[in-house]
Amino acid sequence: METLERVLSEHAFFAGMDPEYVHLLVGCASNVRFEAGSFIFRQGEEARHFYLIRQGKAALEMAPPNRPPMMIQTVSEGDVLGWSWLIPPHRWRFDARALELTRAFAMDGACLREKCGQDPRLGYELLRRFSSIIAERLEATCLQLMDVYAIQS
Amino acid sequence: MRSNLETEAPTLEAGAVTMLPRLFRVQRYLQETDDTFTLELAPLDDGAPCAFAPGQFNMLYVFGVGEVPISISGDPDKPGVLVHTTRAVGTVTKVMARLRRGDVIGVRGPYGTPWPVDQAEGNDVVIVAGGIGLAPLRPALYRLLARRDQFGKVVLLYGTRTPEDILYRKELERWRARFDVDVYVTVDRATAPWRGSVGVVTHLIPKAPFDPLSAVALICGPEIMMRFSVLELEKRGVAANRMFVSLERNMKCGVGTCGHCQFGPAFVCREGPVFAYDRVRDWLAVREV
Repeated sequence: METLERVLSEHAFFAGMDPEYVHLLVGCASNVRFEAGSFIFRQGEEARHFYLIRQGKAALEMAPPNRPPMMIQTVSEGDVLGWSWLIPPHRWRFDARALELTRAFAMDGACLREKCGQDPRLGYELLRRFSSIIAERLEATCLQLMDVYAIQS
Repeated sequence: MRSNLETEAPTLEAGAVTMLPRLFRVQRYLQETDDTFTLELAPLDDGAPCAFAPGQFNMLYVFGVGEVPISISGDPDKPGVLVHTTRAVGTVTKVMARLRRGDVIGVRGPYGTPWPVDQAEGNDVVIVAGGIGLAPLRPALYRLLARRDQFGKVVLLYGTRTPEDILYRKELERWRARFDVDVYVTVDRATAPWRGSVGVVTHLIPKAPFDPLSAVALICGPEIMMRFSVLELEKRGVAANRMFVSLERNMKCGVGTCGHCQFGPAFVCREGPVFAYDRVRDWLAVREV
């Protein structure tokens, strides 16, 4: 457990976090690995975890009918994958698939929500970190939607 | 670390200003992507070689059609051949895309301010390119690699629309295989065969391996992409006067006479296209400019 705590605290998501909270969150963490090509989660499934990528690369995908699945974003070492665990109804909105062998920490959403409920300061700390990630993703999505490399008419 | 970087980009040499086109023959035509092509041009006269500094542009004249400013994308240490990569988007470039080996074209230049490559000696250099914006940055990268031991880390962050739109693909692979340059490529959208990164180019900046306090950033691409890249670089701690952007405006004369490319108090063709970001920051935010 001590080793997991040390490795967890070195992930970019926890940078600058009170060690006491990291210690608390270790109880919600587990080591997972996904072979290349395997799904980490699928759209519509219950979002039980979020993932802190340690190694490898995974893609968030959307599969429109009658079209090949579209990759929306890739995540790699140091990134966070998924926030549906935090937002009701706790269902994944996209598919996530490992593009190569991917190692991650899976953080148990129910466990985290319980700890956040018990300690609102921890809840605020986690929300603050996730809201930064959500804002970055929103900005990136805006840029992608603007299709800035397209020929301007 | 050199402190004289905290000035604006060097200005054009006075002797380079001329309105008379030289005739060049298309020596080689390369289709880079679906809508982007490269012309290699050799002078028809026995005049001086086509010396230029990375970041400068030429006015290319397709006879009977018109003249357009196109950045030079070749190796500045090989001035015997002029290399231009451009996209077939307008009247002139669409006709230019039909030129083939042996055709003749008019060339005026080189014009404009260069990337501050020499001033970046001793520092890390991070190049952020978007789409066709890699073309004006390629000469800077050639120069950096030719004098590799004079710089710290050299990092290329390149974003484009889809994997099919990646420019200079083989060259990127060669650069990626080197141990002394870090190359990261991302695309805005992709389907299954793509195994690289998906996401906007700004997403590469937080993890890129450079020292923000000593880095000089050279940025070229669509203006919105440059604005967001600058924000991300600032977040990393790169100072505004260490970031350089290449602006594109409606350039006509190329020598600051006609006024078409006025950008606030500057003419992009004469005082640009490469500007220190702190010089143009306030103007970039004004939509009417």
